[in-house]
Amino acid sequence: MIYETVIEGGKHWSITLGWGSSLRLVDEQGGANVGMLFYNPRNPLERYNAPDTLKCQHTFKLTRGHCLYSDMGRIFCSIVADDVGWHDTVGGNANRELVAARWGEQSYQDVRNEWTQNGHDAFLVEAGKYGLGRRDLAANVNWFSKLAIGADGSMHFDPANSGPGRAVELRFEMDTLVLLHTCPHPLNPAASYPRRAVRITIDRAAPVGADDFCRNFRPENGRGFANTELYRAALGAGASTSAGA
Amino acid sequence: MRSTSPREPADARYCKIIPAGDYWIETVRRGEYLRIVDVEGNQAADTLFFSADDTAERYSAIDTLREQGNVYLSTGSKLRSTSCRVLAEIVADTVGRHDTLGGACATESNTVRYALEKGTMHACRDSYVLAVNTHERFGLSKRDLTHNINFFMNVPITPDGGLTFADGLSGPGQYVELRAEMDLVVLISNCPQLNNPCNAYNPTPLEVLIWPADVQ
Repeated sequence: MIYETVIEGGKHWSITLGWGSSLRLVDEQGGANVGMLFYNPRNPLERYNAPDTLKCQHTFKLTRGHCLYSDMGRIFCSIVADDVGWHDTVGGNANRELVAARWGEQSYQDVRNEWTQNGHDAFLVEAGKYGLGRRDLAANVNWFSKLAIGADGSMHFDPANSGPGRAVELRFEMDTLVLLHTCPHPLNPAASYPRRAVRITIDRAAPVGADDFCRNFRPENGRGFANTELYRAALGAGASTSAGA
Repeated sequence: MRSTSPREPADARYCKIIPAGDYWIETVRRGEYLRIVDVEGNQAADTLFFSADDTAERYSAIDTLREQGNVYLSTGSKLRSTSCRVLAEIVADTVGRHDTLGGACATESNTVRYALEKGTMHACRDSYVLAVNTHERFGLSKRDLTHNINFFMNVPITPDGGLTFADGLSGPGQYVELRAEMDLVVLISNCPQLNNPCNAYNPTPLEVLIWPADVQ
């Protein structure tokens, strides 16, 4: 293991991960939400693209086998393990006004670090540390959260989607800047601001074999891996995993 | 929900054909009505909206869908910005359903979706990039090219979490009409995709019309 930490609910963090590393998230208490965005650290104009991720794999939900695509046809990371079964990438973030209307705003002046941080501002804080701003945000992943869709297209938040100890694990296929927050999902109907901790473990992933589950999950993913391997080969990957990042 | 507009083309202040595979970028003022016509049927109009006063505030598919509680766009849908403000409202829609989850086609995603050799075919995001790089006065760049609306496209979501590109519900002469709720920059790529049924494998022209704010 390279690193492990627990991030309380309502917080944010960021880290650049080299290809071949893994990131495991554990919903410590149940009902967690982890907002996440991905960028190429060499060129942050290349970023996570939810529409491409969904349409390339003909899916609305994210689970084991799915890959998270950039807008350049490459794979930031693969979901190599998941005992939740459904993660959201359409619900977006709460902003300050939504948090205030839903749960009431608690300020830093009143409650110090127990303030009711929102996902939108949390992303802007982390993005700003890399010279990124409002123009660079995109539709994010909400790990552990599920929006069920009715026959008429209606969206329904499922409060029972995750539970204590449930985990999802990502394997990075290219060097990736990861922005994350543990602020509540904007459609969480909880009566009070839900504050759920998440355990984060960074490790080295096992090598990707020809029979890899994610690579073979769909024919599209085989081509996504080919694009990503071309990118790494052209950069001389293997000699260095993070030069210039 | 399907609905029609009372506005007559003869009263429009602006009318333009967007040929197949081309783009269109213009300012639409608050209160004005913008109609996009699927001239020959089954054509996708990949559309982005920006606040003209602050182009860092732009159309947000995720905020739009969440606030209306539904994954499809039609009459009454309020198109929201990244600040969750209303950019425009759909005031007429003869089709009944439009997509905002499928995004715009790109040369790069075409390699993943169809074949590695498809990476040189014309695509919406190339049109977008050329549009912003030849119209610098709007202050846009590749950073601003994100998750769009696909007017006239039908992308059903299934209860088990599937997503498919289905045959369009649109047809010749069908249209969608919006009222701008603030001054907007509107960028449309008339989709050149040849690999899936969003254009019935045959890209065709779109038409855009704009009516002044005081025309009912």
